[in-house]
Amino acid sequence: MEPKPLKVLMFGWEFPPEISGGLGTACYGLVSGLIDSGVDVTFVVPKLYGTEETDKFRLVGASDINVNFSNDHFNKNLEKVKYLQIHSHILPYVSPQEFLERTEFDVESLKIDSTFSTAKFSFGGKYGKNLLSEVSKYAVVAMQIAQDQDFDVIHAHDWLTFPAAIMAKEVSGKKLVVHIHATEFDRSGEAVNQEVYDMERQGCEAADRIICVSRLTRRILMNRYGIDGSKISVVHNAVVPKPAIIYPKKNLVDKKIVTFLGRITFQKGPDYFVEAAKKVLEVMPDAHFVMAGNGDMFLNCLERAAELKISKRFHFPGFLNYFETNNLFGMTDVYVMPSVSEPFGITPLEAMRTGVPVIISKQSGVSEVLNNAIKVDFWDVNALSDTIIGLLKHEEVSKQLAGDGTDEVHEMKWEYAALKVREIYNKTIDRRRSVRV
Amino acid sequence: MKKLCFYFQVHQPFRLKDYRFFDISCDDDYFDKKLNHEIMRKVADKCYLPMNQLLLEQIQAHNGNFKVSFSISGICIEQFELYAQDVLDSFKRLADTGCVEFIAETYGHSLSALKSPEEFKAQVAKQTAKVKEHFGQTPTTFRNTELIYNNQIGSLVHEMGYNTMITEGADHIMDWRSPNFIYNHCQHPDLKLLLKNYKLSDDIAFRFSERSWESWPLHAETFGQWVNSTAWNQEIINLFMDYETFGEHQWAESGIFEFMRELPNQIINHSQFDFVTPSEAAAQLSPVSDIDIHNTISWADAERDLTAWLGNPIQDDAFDSLYELEELVKKVDDKKIKDDWVKLQTSDHFYYMCTKFWSDGDVHKYFSHYESPYAAFINYMNVLTDFEERVKKAAGYTPEEIKIDQGIIENFKNYLPYSVDLK
Repeated sequence: MEPKPLKVLMFGWEFPPEISGGLGTACYGLVSGLIDSGVDVTFVVPKLYGTEETDKFRLVGASDINVNFSNDHFNKNLEKVKYLQIHSHILPYVSPQEFLERTEFDVESLKIDSTFSTAKFSFGGKYGKNLLSEVSKYAVVAMQIAQDQDFDVIHAHDWLTFPAAIMAKEVSGKKLVVHIHATEFDRSGEAVNQEVYDMERQGCEAADRIICVSRLTRRILMNRYGIDGSKISVVHNAVVPKPAIIYPKKNLVDKKIVTFLGRITFQKGPDYFVEAAKKVLEVMPDAHFVMAGNGDMFLNCLERAAELKISKRFHFPGFLNYFETNNLFGMTDVYVMPSVSEPFGITPLEAMRTGVPVIISKQSGVSEVLNNAIKVDFWDVNALSDTIIGLLKHEEVSKQLAGDGTDEVHEMKWEYAALKVREIYNKTIDRRRSVRV
Repeated sequence: MKKLCFYFQVHQPFRLKDYRFFDISCDDDYFDKKLNHEIMRKVADKCYLPMNQLLLEQIQAHNGNFKVSFSISGICIEQFELYAQDVLDSFKRLADTGCVEFIAETYGHSLSALKSPEEFKAQVAKQTAKVKEHFGQTPTTFRNTELIYNNQIGSLVHEMGYNTMITEGADHIMDWRSPNFIYNHCQHPDLKLLLKNYKLSDDIAFRFSERSWESWPLHAETFGQWVNSTAWNQEIINLFMDYETFGEHQWAESGIFEFMRELPNQIINHSQFDFVTPSEAAAQLSPVSDIDIHNTISWADAERDLTAWLGNPIQDDAFDSLYELEELVKKVDDKKIKDDWVKLQTSDHFYYMCTKFWSDGDVHKYFSHYESPYAAFINYMNVLTDFEERVKKAAGYTPEEIKIDQGIIENFKNYLPYSVDLK
């Protein structure tokens, strides 16, 4: 007899098409894979934009949930949010009343009858300056959701959702799986935000099982967070099949184009890309370079390119939406991801599925699984420029690498990753003896 | 009698439209027709039309004793033709009075004097032809973009046959000298230089409506007294400013039009000054000394140098990338490419990329339609990338054969996966 479908309550921070990076893409792929493998997923995000594929996914926007403060049991748990947050001083409240008054939460609809009973919270979503306050609000709403929903296991993606997941666990008593797509060390180098670090650590400690996107990330959790390695499974990300329509190249049609796509921040190594571009252009003056994305090193890169006198070959299209991203891959001859620190790195897979050869840094999680990619040290500008030149010059090699790469990523399906995750659920809730993953 | 010389700069750039990376190779229409039309109409209604009417009335009222001069960039005249025929007609009526001198400059209000004598001369020839076409005058006085000047530019202008040139006269340029005399080029005594009296010019152009200024509100009578109180031996006062001062930078509500309506009377009837045009001044007065200017000057910002347009990495890279195309453009016989080439040289594009006072929200920001100098730069470079492709295609450009060092290829091989084979 077919077992009852496994029900997962999943907490995320973004879901396509409104995404700002790899996290939303990975969540989309994983949830799709889980649904295909018969898992019942309810995916919670701070807010829905109305553009999501709601026919395919069961999505819940926290901003749509009525939180009931009149319930004693609920308020008891609210105390625990306070306890949970005590070290980070995010929620300095005592009573529900005070909670709403003292924190600067914008309450959208607040029924004040005899006692104040229900409220909806508004969320900006994204990553605005009230992020920490939103994380706390999200945790409060999560308690309500955990009370209302029927599920077998909780699954939370990255630190923003950990307070929510911990509260859901408190309320429901269900097992918790946390999923680490990136740690604070990947995002901020050594300049870690203590509050964020603490939340990541609390999440990992409260979790019954941890999933990491690479062995690299697993090592960081063990070394930097003191997490027991036996609690951590590695499930590499995958990639959804390429979009049905790739538009033919229409910009700079007869030119070679080398692309960087990602946040223009220290950990993505954009500065190495600029220096490599200069070296390539000394040999191949008609090549073009595109640095797509935004970030705090954007102006440094722009000014550096100008200083090197390569601006006319070095383009900054800004942050690209889904269609523009595919458009860009469609015109790219070489994709480069020179990340200094990259827990996984899903964009090379997106490039490869479109038939683009890729150069990735050895310091990326994705280099653990890819065979048909050129791998260099992020700091080795000579290796970077020499391999770009080689691929641009030797089209037959470039084609072979791209072809093998496309075949390789076609085998990296989300349904395989989802099967591993399903096994992890089963093992965690002890539904049946599981295979080791 | 002493001389008072009014010179007004009239200029509007062809502003670029929002041109994204994905427009490259797909769109060769670079300029924002709607925005340029709107701005031209706004300035026409607030400044050009009322001020031209005011000047015409004053010239008629004073029987030829009130005189002014204009330099109008070629691309500004082009925009009159496109969007403001009424303004063009009103300038023609001024030209017909015989009391208005039109001055030569570069067609595109460009910085070409700093980069390419050949391009510079071609643009001046084009602008003077346009002036002749509309206003029936062949200019004999020259004014370079934004009063940019150095000895070389002076020599170039002299070589082109001009005998009068207008430039800046700020203190740190003049040293002990007064701008209230005529000077000559240090190597060419027959090129006479008229220097801006920045103090009196800026009283009108910048301070007029400033309520915190001790002389606010300024009346024509007071200004006439200031002019008249110039030292006994000084010969000329040059009041040079943007024409948009009247009604656009200084709003009508500030009283600027009343001021200008009364000023001719105050000067003609109550001072020891006569109005002259630049070429009259040069003909009537002798130079007191030569002037040697090695470092390039301009009338912009407190620095009075080139840093409004050039000097930061993005300005310099954009500027050099543009002029790298000059040789190829010359080989092309394509009207649209030639027109775009001139419009892309307009100094305003580089002014928008100035980062000097970006954080202060100063005058640069007021004159820019971009959110930042970097946005202006990216937009410009996208356009330039497309333009380069068009020029190369039209010029039949073939790239040089690429020679790659064997060491590079050997190193490349080291990084290839085992399954991939290079030869």
